[in-house]
Amino acid sequence: MQSHAYHCNQMKMTLSRAEYKEIVRWTDQLRPTRQCMKTLKERFPNHSQSTLLSIFSLEYQKRTKRTFSRHHAPEVIDGHYQRYLSGAKAHPAAPVLLELANKADLSPALMARIILERFLQGPEGEMPSKTVLNSMLKEPSLIPDPILAKNIYQCTINDCCYGPLVDCIKHAIGQEHEVLLCDKLKERNLSFLDENQLRVMGYDKTPDIILEVPIAVEGHIVHWIESKASFGDDHSHRTYLNEQFWSYWNRFGPGLVIYWYGFIEELDCQRDRGILLKDGFPADIVLCHAAQQNGPPHQPQ
Amino acid sequence: MAALLESLLCKKVDIKTVLEWLKNDEVCPEPQVSVHKQEFVPFLLNFLREQSSRALTHGPATPAKTPNRLRPGAQGCRSAAGAAAGSRSASRVQLFSPSPSVSPGSEWDAASHSLSGVNPFSSPSFATGWSPASRPSGHERRSGQKVSLGDYMVSPPDLQKSPSIQSQKSRRRSGGNMALGGQGKHGGWRQAHHSDEIGRRPSRGGGNSRISEQVSPPSVGQLNLNNLEDFPPVGFPSSCRASKPSRRINPTPVSEERAHSKPKTCFTSIPFTESSSPSLAVDALEGPLTVGSPLSLQEERELLKKEKTKRAQQVSSPLLSSLDPCTPTKSGLGAGSKVTPELQTPCPEPSKVTFSSELDLLAELYCTCISENLVPNIFLELFFVVQLLTSQSAHTHDDDERESLCSVNSGRCYLRRVHNFSLSTLVAHLDKCTLRLLAENERVASFSPALRDRLTEAQGGSTAQHSPSVSTFIHSVPFQPATDNQSNFCSTHAFHIFKKQRDIFYEVLREWEDFHKEQGWNFDAALGRRIRGIMSQLTSAGNHSHFARLFLKQLIQVCKGPGVNSSPGETPDADLLGMLGADSLGRLKRLEERLIQPQGVVGPCPPPSFPGHQEFFRDFLQAASCCHLNQHLQDSLCQQLLQLDEVSILSPPASVAGVDEEGDGDMEQQDEKQRFTSVLLLARLLAKFLGFISFLPYQTSERPSREIRDAAVALRSKSVPVLDVCAVLSNSMKRRRTILTVPWLVEFLSMMDFVGPLLLCYRTALGKLLLLYRRMLLGRCGEMCYLNKLLTVSVLGWLFQIPVIPEDIFFTNEFTEVAKLEDSSTSAAGLDCIPLVDQQLLYTCCPFLGEFRKLLAAFVSGSSAKSGGIIRKITPTSAELKDAPTANRSQQKLQVDLEQAFFHNQPPSLRRTVEFVAERVGSNAVKHMKATLVSELVERGEKMLRDGLASPNSNPSKLNDSICAQLCVAGLEAMAKATRFCSEKSPEAIRILLSDETSPAVRTTSENITKRLATEKACSWLSANITGTLIRREWKSRYDRVMKTAAGPPPPHSRLDVEAAAPEPPTKEEPSAAPKTRRGSERVTSCPPHCSHGASLPSDVLIEMKVGWLSIAVGPRTNDELLTGSQAKALLQRVADTLACRKVNVRSVSAELPVLSPSEGDGDVAGSGSEPPVRALLEQLAALWQADGCSSAPLHLLFAQLTVSAVLKASDAEVCLPAALTIDATVSVIRDLSGDEPPMPSASANILHLSSFFQSSSVSFTFCDAFLYRSSGRTTCFWLESW
Repeated sequence: MQSHAYHCNQMKMTLSRAEYKEIVRWTDQLRPTRQCMKTLKERFPNHSQSTLLSIFSLEYQKRTKRTFSRHHAPEVIDGHYQRYLSGAKAHPAAPVLLELANKADLSPALMARIILERFLQGPEGEMPSKTVLNSMLKEPSLIPDPILAKNIYQCTINDCCYGPLVDCIKHAIGQEHEVLLCDKLKERNLSFLDENQLRVMGYDKTPDIILEVPIAVEGHIVHWIESKASFGDDHSHRTYLNEQFWSYWNRFGPGLVIYWYGFIEELDCQRDRGILLKDGFPADIVLCHAAQQNGPPHQPQ
Repeated sequence: MAALLESLLCKKVDIKTVLEWLKNDEVCPEPQVSVHKQEFVPFLLNFLREQSSRALTHGPATPAKTPNRLRPGAQGCRSAAGAAAGSRSASRVQLFSPSPSVSPGSEWDAASHSLSGVNPFSSPSFATGWSPASRPSGHERRSGQKVSLGDYMVSPPDLQKSPSIQSQKSRRRSGGNMALGGQGKHGGWRQAHHSDEIGRRPSRGGGNSRISEQVSPPSVGQLNLNNLEDFPPVGFPSSCRASKPSRRINPTPVSEERAHSKPKTCFTSIPFTESSSPSLAVDALEGPLTVGSPLSLQEERELLKKEKTKRAQQVSSPLLSSLDPCTPTKSGLGAGSKVTPELQTPCPEPSKVTFSSELDLLAELYCTCISENLVPNIFLELFFVVQLLTSQSAHTHDDDERESLCSVNSGRCYLRRVHNFSLSTLVAHLDKCTLRLLAENERVASFSPALRDRLTEAQGGSTAQHSPSVSTFIHSVPFQPATDNQSNFCSTHAFHIFKKQRDIFYEVLREWEDFHKEQGWNFDAALGRRIRGIMSQLTSAGNHSHFARLFLKQLIQVCKGPGVNSSPGETPDADLLGMLGADSLGRLKRLEERLIQPQGVVGPCPPPSFPGHQEFFRDFLQAASCCHLNQHLQDSLCQQLLQLDEVSILSPPASVAGVDEEGDGDMEQQDEKQRFTSVLLLARLLAKFLGFISFLPYQTSERPSREIRDAAVALRSKSVPVLDVCAVLSNSMKRRRTILTVPWLVEFLSMMDFVGPLLLCYRTALGKLLLLYRRMLLGRCGEMCYLNKLLTVSVLGWLFQIPVIPEDIFFTNEFTEVAKLEDSSTSAAGLDCIPLVDQQLLYTCCPFLGEFRKLLAAFVSGSSAKSGGIIRKITPTSAELKDAPTANRSQQKLQVDLEQAFFHNQPPSLRRTVEFVAERVGSNAVKHMKATLVSELVERGEKMLRDGLASPNSNPSKLNDSICAQLCVAGLEAMAKATRFCSEKSPEAIRILLSDETSPAVRTTSENITKRLATEKACSWLSANITGTLIRREWKSRYDRVMKTAAGPPPPHSRLDVEAAAPEPPTKEEPSAAPKTRRGSERVTSCPPHCSHGASLPSDVLIEMKVGWLSIAVGPRTNDELLTGSQAKALLQRVADTLACRKVNVRSVSAELPVLSPSEGDGDVAGSGSEPPVRALLEQLAALWQADGCSSAPLHLLFAQLTVSAVLKASDAEVCLPAALTIDATVSVIRDLSGDEPPMPSASANILHLSSFFQSSSVSFTFCDAFLYRSSGRTTCFWLESW
């Protein structure tokens, strides 16, 4: 992650809406495969890979949401399943399912999920339990049918947007950035309460951290900091504002949101209202009485 | 009433009697007309309004009209134009409408009739000056509504010029209309009044007709004044009157749009040409008119002006014209030549004032009414005066000038008079800008130079100080785990529901902030549904108390600061712009506001409003209309208010402590003042909302009919009001805390519905307030501080003028029955006696005081520009601030913001602790500086002074200046020292006071903030006072003392020399040498030659004298104590010795010594029968006196030859005489020494005095007491001083 943080600082993180649109337009044609990132990187060499990936991932999720119902109709699923069965029969070694997903313009991981679900379905149409399904997706060796297992595995590792692996990576990135944030704060001798401490104290809404002593970033007071290991686009930012940021403001006053993978510049328009966006840990920090730095930092458990 | 006025003007009744009558509760001075004071005052006010209405409506540039046109619909029209009265017509203020006292036309007719001796009905007169039809709000008028004087006064001249004469004529004929021509406007409007009014107040006619019967000729009395047919407008052919149907002419404003339309061409007939004084000008203009050629607007205006002024000449004011019916006019001047399109404002000249004695008389009456608080709102009256002052009469005729100026000048005269009582003291507290404008007003200068001078003077004294504006950032209410976490909710569900409600509440608030100023945005439409959603959830979850707390906290957070004030009456900001140190953002904001907001003059009585964010909370409550929530809010508001009302504000420490403590007192008092300000503002806010919520269910947009009202009163009188207003009020009066209670009670009461004031509880409270108001005379000094009083008077005056308070309430005396003011018997000095209100607070609470400035500014701009718009004068300020670079300043601001933010999410106790510690440490730092640095500096200064004085040809005053300057420079060190002191002490205190569990970061920050606050407090006080108050004052007193003593003892070394060289004992009496030195200025400053300094110490002598004296006065306890004559003699000798030796006793002691004892001693001892003759002792005493004992003049006088010989001649029994002498002398000496020159008692007075002592046998006892009392304290002082 250190290298990643380093990387972040080298690249341009915030995008103007125009730039963002440009990227989005490009991602429209992309499939969530290994190759896609390469293409994107070549096209937009000035932007960090994480930013591009994050943007693509968000866009792809939107696309998936739009088309999800299309793929989830029982007859469609049946069709996919039949096609897979016949394909696997004909070419047992080929990545049949992956190709099928590409052809259907569906995320490979999701395709794998659908097919696995169909495969596990009982004779009377009863659905398998989610836990079983999830564990099998995570660990294809659990799947009784080895060909299916191989196909599923090919799908999940090839998908850069969905799937247990991606979920795992996303979770890790989130965690890492929170840790990164805490490190930065400690580095600056800023004392704070983290989410867990806040929950214990009975707060109803908890940002990632609350500063015990507020700071000023670029002239704006900051009481709390929320870390987002993703790109801040319109849709996600709006959702976050309504579900999180404003709630934090309502309780703790103005604060800072760090979109580690950047955001659309134009979204940073609530500064005077008390929500500040940054794409990294701020450099311009004014402390409440410089002498405070001498105080020992307060260690969160 | 008219009769009384008439008698006054005819000089039948002495003005003084009337004034006395007004001031005191006496019976009417005019026995034939029994008039109640309560009735006379409104009559007088109406009369003045009426008389001056013409002046006020003249001229296109009367600025106050502007708002009328700009926002005709808002609140009904409330223009300040028609004088104060204009503003009334809208905000109701029916002062001038027929309150019971205002008599119908008959009275006035009678009065003028008898005055002039001419039947007013026969003289041609016209409805001059104004036409009600053009009143902008005319169409809003409902038949049941009253006609108030304001209705007649609003119409701006522009407007009245537009309707044709024809239409005026028809209007005049129309019965239902108020603009009756007829016998002058007075009769006319009264009549209209009456007819309009008769339905509403049938009971009131009786008294009036009685008066009219008494005074008026029978013919008048028989007329049915209410019937227009019977009582037609005079000057019109009756046929005309009959034929025209009554119809209303809608107002046709001559504004931009009017200018484009063709002027009406109805000037076909001029019904006035037959009038007694034909005007050439009008005739000349009539020609083209009659042929109906379209006139230019300008011409039309001119014509109307002519017409108006002509009429004015004829009837300008019946009262005055009847006295001097033919105002000499210079009509010989070619009239045509005067017709110029240019409107010039004639400059009024005092010398041209006609009827000045009558005007003076009226002014006198008026002033008394104001100064005695007989008017409901003194600011309204002052506003009226200022309006008269700034009225612009646009006349082109020279000869018109005098006429038109009559009333203008009357205003001037009022002003001149008014200033006599309190205007000048009053305005001294208005803001600087207003003062400047007033002082620069040339009319003030020409009519009352004295007032001008006082104003100019006051400008300097006006200390318009504004604290730096508070941070503009609006915080949310912090989540406090102690009150807000789950354990405070009855269920998890409720907790989560409240989580959502909080978020929705803020969402709504944010949305309101974003959109409420947009056109067409509707609160209820946009937010109502969401708000009601919150409410229904509240009810299901039972979270009302939580929500009520959130709501109130947010309300306080957003609305409490005086900075958040976007009311139409803005804060006095002119000074702010020039002020350094104000937050630059706030300044920009204010500048922006000034440029954007239309600066309308709204008059001194704006209706209650919810400025700024308050509007949101009001609308929220209205939209929510949730009785549960309201109940919770009420409970909470009540509790908080009563708590605030009890807040203890420390009075400044009694000044016994002396000079040293005063300075510190200042500082602490400042804190208390700030605390008071914040408490008062908060209480006002809460009270307004409490009032709003409690009266919300009863609010109606229209005044309910009498039946409904009565029913409502009956119904509501049974339920308990939310707040026992009466109890709160009387408690506050008893404890003299009205300065805190009254302003918030006023806010509460201002929210009343129409029925509210009629309920007994509120009526009684109003009555009490009224009595309080009457008692609070600004012109007199009472125990209450002036600005405190001013605030109380102005909020009360405002309350009495708001629409829901019944108009008659002020002029009834029923309250004297209902509400009795308890005599505040408790002597405890309450808040009222502490100077708590400053100008800023006054203007924050009463933004309408700023109206004066607007009016005056408008006059200034209007007199140069015709536009009539208000030119805003914006003081240019440089972008660069002189003291610190902007970056630095913004850094400082950021730090302050950070500090505030720090407390936001901490428990409130932390903030209290920090503030308390900072306050104490800061204060202690100052005390410490005084005790150490300042006294050190003064010591240093003294040394420098002594050294300087020792050097030859030293100039003490020059020396003083240079030392003082040096000390002041050195004194700046105090800042550094105080900073060090605060830095040391603050962290210690904080560490002890915060809990051990506090996180280190929080503790460190708290320490730092405390440090900063304490340092800031100490340093700001020190920097303001160290050189002035502290060092200079201390040094001055030290300097004086040094100089005084320098005159006494020689410099130490020379004294030593003398000591060394003078071993010989002193000779006891040196008759030859001593007398030479005794005279006045050449004082004995050194020991006689050969002085061994062996004489008794003065204290010993004093003690001995005291013992002897005791034995004389009280009687000796033992024989030992008995003072023998020889002892007395010896004592006297020792006194002489002691006096002679200058080692210890300087002048002061020496002066004291002989005074006290010898006379005493020997006198009574002699009386007790010892052998040495009294005479001898007395002679010795006299010799002593003649020698060198007495250095001050009074003593010499006392012991002048005459006196002494009288003493010597006195018999033995009269020995107490010297005692008498001594006490007088003592007093003189003491006075002399304490610096203020006593009035030199004349010798004869002394002798008189002495002889009275002489006759009194008990004198020695009295004397003893007095003397002991005096000497004990003083002696020590002198001793100290001698060193």
